[in-house]
Parts: sequence; structure tokens; C-alpha cells
Amino acid sequence: MKQNILPAIRLTLVCIVIFIIAYPALIWLIAQAAPAHGEGQTVVVNGKKIGYLLEGQSFTNDHYFNGRPSAAGYNAAASSGSNKGPSNPEYLQQVQDRIDSFLVHNPTVKKELIPSDLVTASGSGLDPDISLQGAMVQVDRIAKTRNINKEKLISLIEMNIEKSSLNNIQKINVLKVNIALDQLK
Amino acid sequence: MNSEILGVVTMFLATIALAIPLGKYIGKVYNGDKTWADGFLNPLDHLFFKLSGINPLKEMDWKQHLIALLTVNAVWFLFSIFVLMNMGWLPLNPDANAGMSADLAFNTTISFISNTNLQHYSGESGVSYLGQMVLMLFQFISAAAGMAVCAVVFIAMKEKTTDQLGNFYNYFVKSCTRVLLPLSIVVAIVLVFNGTPMTFKGKDQFISLQADTVNVSRGPAAAMIAIKQLGTNGGGFFGVNSAHPLENPNYFTNIIENISILIIPIAMVFALGFIIKRKRFAWMVFGVMTIGFLLLLLPTIYNELNGNPAITKMNIAQPLGSMEGKEVRFGSAASAYWAITTTSTSNGSVNAMHDSLTPLSGMFALLGMMVNAFYGGVGVGFLNFYIFIIIAVFISGLMVGRTPEFLGKKIEAKEMKIAAIIALLHPLLILSGTALSSWLYAHNPTAYAGWLANPGNHGFSEILYEFTSSAANNGSGFEGLGDNTPFWNISCGIVMLLSRYLPIIGPLAIAGSLAKKKYIPESAGTLKTDTTTFGIMVFAVIFIIAALSFFPALSLGPIAEFFTIK
Repeated sequence: MKQNILPAIRLTLVCIVIFIIAYPALIWLIAQAAPAHGEGQTVVVNGKKIGYLLEGQSFTNDHYFNGRPSAAGYNAAASSGSNKGPSNPEYLQQVQDRIDSFLVHNPTVKKELIPSDLVTASGSGLDPDISLQGAMVQVDRIAKTRNINKEKLISLIEMNIEKSSLNNIQKINVLKVNIALDQLK
Repeated sequence: MNSEILGVVTMFLATIALAIPLGKYIGKVYNGDKTWADGFLNPLDHLFFKLSGINPLKEMDWKQHLIALLTVNAVWFLFSIFVLMNMGWLPLNPDANAGMSADLAFNTTISFISNTNLQHYSGESGVSYLGQMVLMLFQFISAAAGMAVCAVVFIAMKEKTTDQLGNFYNYFVKSCTRVLLPLSIVVAIVLVFNGTPMTFKGKDQFISLQADTVNVSRGPAAAMIAIKQLGTNGGGFFGVNSAHPLENPNYFTNIIENISILIIPIAMVFALGFIIKRKRFAWMVFGVMTIGFLLLLLPTIYNELNGNPAITKMNIAQPLGSMEGKEVRFGSAASAYWAITTTSTSNGSVNAMHDSLTPLSGMFALLGMMVNAFYGGVGVGFLNFYIFIIIAVFISGLMVGRTPEFLGKKIEAKEMKIAAIIALLHPLLILSGTALSSWLYAHNPTAYAGWLANPGNHGFSEILYEFTSSAANNGSGFEGLGDNTPFWNISCGIVMLLSRYLPIIGPLAIAGSLAKKKYIPESAGTLKTDTTTFGIMVFAVIFIIAALSFFPALSLGPIAEFFTIK
């Protein structure tokens, strides 16, 4: 035991130098060449910083595309999922309430068309995206509140579809589409 | 084919394609053969040895290996407790987060030195940047310690009679410098170029389009995320781990991170084949692991893509499957794949909240940890599998009336006793912990009301999951559990401690004892361990020990829940 203690302490010190100092310093240096120097990419509109590109923010007003429900209230300093189990009655009631509320705000939409991502909380509470269908079912409402014709909104959505080549999920970044929406006239 | 499933198939095949050459490389490293990396990494190794006063050529027997391992772990324990309790005033704390309470520091320390990374704190508010970096240090060295012990067992399985099994520090340092560090640098670079932060600046603030003031946590995340995946650690930088958009920005980073989870555990199996020069045996091990893995994976993907039946009854559309606790950019199939890879490898990072998985998917995630050997954690996964092999050899020997021999060495009562104790330890720790907590809760539900986020069977699953995750050194959670209390911190801490070191000591003792025995060359009477028949035998042992002993608990939790919402 004894002859192991000193090497163990010295080895730990070397590990501290390599893994706590050298390795992060190297990655930090490389990050200086990355977008936003590794500080997180922000979105700037008219000279004002209005958000982080990757992180969702709360959109609840009727004249914006609404994002997903968030257990964290879109607090980007306290990410959290709901951690509700699939059979929890209180949780299922909450989902039902979200569906009812969606139908009140979007009276023209048939219930069968509401995609579940609009009424379930994301894992991070900061999901920046909604599904394509999730954007489409909000078109009537936004057309009415903003007094824009529907075709214009649909083409706006189509311009904002993002998908990765492997995973064919067609998704819409809520912040980007809403910025584009504000610029539409 | 559904394109979401195609994404999963691509990820899995890419992982195997990369793991085979990596395995051969790891085999060379442990054998001491020349590799292409010697030129620039030898000086780094020499620096480690010289500054630590270690002679890497000094051979050790299994007991000396064990003492070296335990001593260095004891040093890590003290260092970690000190930093975690004092980080409030130590440097690198721009967000002014406080130090930890003693019980939380105890839990977190054991959690990280045991390669578990169970987190009873939230990364944004619970640790300073210095705390994060110290935890990151443990992500490297706890993984390297597991790999080093695994290397000792590999060397002990060679066809010779010896008690000299190489040098622990040599395997440890080389696991760090030759495997973990280079791969982490590559993965971290991919992450920073996809938007993961690597900064020492604290929180930022912005005013959103709806005029809310929002604080944004940042930090030196990319460096930690790379090693958390590669070392099957799993402890995330942010509270929600790889579901967080900064921790896992898009589908491409999701692929890279998910490959990182599986690659070293699979590569270790091929390294074994290379070191003991028995490729067929390695393929048998890989085959059993893969079949077990797929049996957990396929139904999970099916269940998640199908959606939550209780929400189906509300007559809305679930085109993306069950989306509670999931992110749109990954979708259900990739989240289900991650859930099974992370639980069967003892990684424990998540890209979706496991508490919200549909009931049977939750069960398959639990089973992955209950078996804990379908690939398993880096190094230690194979050690668990080794125990199952020993038991299978013994039982097969009895069935055909031959002396049980494994790779030319006789398995006798001593080895068998150790294997049986280690195999039964896992269910014992999980089930007694779960029983104790359930008893406490049932007798005083008001005092412990903060424990469970969900009622009924699912609440029981939350308790079962926490102990299973601790005992499997996994670290994921049904995070609804209110677990930052002295009871959970201490009980899970003890479970993690026992289930880290005993399953290392057991296989090391068996391998050391077998290595000393006389080598008996293969004859017509030898039980062949590289055949399909033997593979089936190992699978049966795993199924009986790991799956059936948990069946009653699983029926009270996820299975009962499945029938309530079916």
C-alpha cells in the first residue's frame, strides 16, 4: 500500500495538468476558429441580440408561431423536462387542457390534425423546433391575427423547412420563422 | 423503410465499422506492440511516468494491480470531496454557484470516480466551472481505470502460466493517452464547430422577441461532452444532458455522440480477440452481446414510434411518436436508440427524458442496466460478461460431465464461488434498495411526498430505476425522483461504491487465479467456448440471472403500467 500512495498522488497531479488544464485549453483554442468563438451563436436583428440560435424561446402570443410546451418555461439557465410518466392522470389532463386551449385559439383546425409535439413538453424545455405539421396547423390563426393571406404564410413555412439528410423529420425553427414573419409585409 | 429507422441502422453499422479497427489498435496498445501513434505519444507517456515516479515495466500480480487501483481511487475521492464542497470560493465560478452539501458531495464524488455519473445536482446551478472540470478529469481517469483492469484480465487470459500481468499504471496511462484523449479531441472539435460552447464566460442575457428577459447558461461544455460519451460516463454539462440544444445541437452531433457511446465498449471485445489471438471467441462474445442489445432495442423503437396509447385516445396525431420528453430534431427512433445504447453500456447520458418513455421502453432501458453486459461500460462491461462466461462454462461442464475448462484453465470451486457472489450482488443491491425505499414511502407517504413525481406503478419504477442505475454504474435516471436528499445521496452512494469495486475485484481475482494455473492444451474432450452452442449457453445464463431475478419487480412497475394505459 505504502509504496503506491506517492505515485498515486503524483500521477493524479499529472492528470490534473493534462486533463483540467492542457486538454480544455486546446479545445478552447480551437474553438476560437469556430462560429461565435465557442461562446454560443446569437441571433441579432436590427442591431439587437434577440436570442441564441440553438435555443428555443417562449412564443405564446397568437400572432407568432407558438413553440412546444416547456417544463422549464424556456429558462435557458435551468433546462428541464417534465419527467411525467405516460400514465400519470394529472399529466394526461394537462395534455388534454393544452389540446382544448389550442382548439380555442385555432378554431378552424380539426383535432385529428394537431401533432403531439405541440401539446407535449420537450426533453430540454428549450426545444427550438416544431414539426412541419405543427407550423401548418397554426397558419389560419396567424393569417387572421396578422391579416396576411394564407398562401404567403405557407410559402414562408416552406422556405424555413429544415431537415437532416439521414433523419427525414421536417422541422421548423420557431425563432427563425418568427423573425421572418415579423419581416413579412 | 421509415427514414427515422434508416438513421438508426446507419448509426449502428457505422459504430461497428469503426469499432473493429479501433479494437485492433487497442489490442496493440495493451500488448505493447508498435502503433502509428508512438512517434508523438511516447514522449507524453514518458512525461506521465517520469513525473509520477513510476516504472511502467515493473510487472504486477493481480493483487498488486488491485492495490494500485484502490490507492489511486482513494486519492481521487479526497481530492473530489474537497473541490466539490469548496468550489463556492475557489476560482472559475463566474455564475457564483455554491459548494455542495456533504451528502451531495459524497454522492457526486463516488458517482464520478466510479464512472457512474449519477447527478443529484443540475449542471447549470449546482457546480462551478472548476467543479465541472474536476468532474471531467474523473470522466477520463475513471474510464481509464476500468479499461486498465480489463486489460489485466485480457492479459491473464493468454495461454501461459504466470502471475505477472503487466503494470497497472502502464495500462492506465496508455488508456488515457492512446485511446480516450485523442478520440475526445476529435469529438470535441466536431461539437464546437456545430455550436456547442467552449467558453469560460459566465451566463449571458438577452431580451426575446416576446420581450422576456432570458438568462443563458454557457461554459466549457464541448470538452466535457466528448469524454462523457467516450468514457461511458454520461454526466452532462447541463441539467438535461444531451437533450440540451447546446450539448447536442443537431442530428449530426447526435450521431457522433451516439457512436461515441458505443464505440469503445464494442472495440474492447475485438481488442480481446486480438490480445488472446482468438478471433472466433471475440466474435462469439460480440454476437451474444449484439443479439441481447437488439432484443432490447427493437421493441423500444417500435413502442416510441407508436406513441403513448393514452394520448392516442385523445384523438390527436402522433406522427413523430411519443414526444413527451423528446426533442423534435432527434425524433422518437433516434431517442429510443440512444435510450438503449446508454443503458446497456453504463453510459447514462440521455437525449430524451427516460421518465417519460412509454412503459415497456422504460422496462427495456431498465433491463439494459440489469444485464449491464450487452457491451457494458468501457472495460467493466466485459468484466461483467466474464462472470457470466465463467458460470456458463461451469454449468456446461456439469451438463456434459467434463471438467469445466476455460481457455485451457480449470475452473474450480474458488473461481465459481467468486463468480456466483458477483453475479448475485447486482440483483441483491438493486432489489434490497428498492424494497427499503418502497417500504419507507409506503409507511409514510406524506413525509416522503417529495420523492416521487408520478403516482402508482410509475412511481415505483422511479425508485427501481434509481437503484438499478446506481448499481449498474449507469447514471441516467427517471429524473422526476426528488433525489437530492440525504437518504438518496447516501444510499445511492453506497450502492454505487459496492457495485463499482466488487465487480472489478471479483473478475480480477478469478483471472489472476486462472492465470497461475497450469495450461491444459485443447483436446477432443475440451469444451469449445467459441461456438454458437456456447454462445446460447451464455445467453441463457444472462437471461436467468439478470432478467428473471428482476421479473417480479418489473411486473410491479413498467409491466403493470403498460396494462393500465394499453
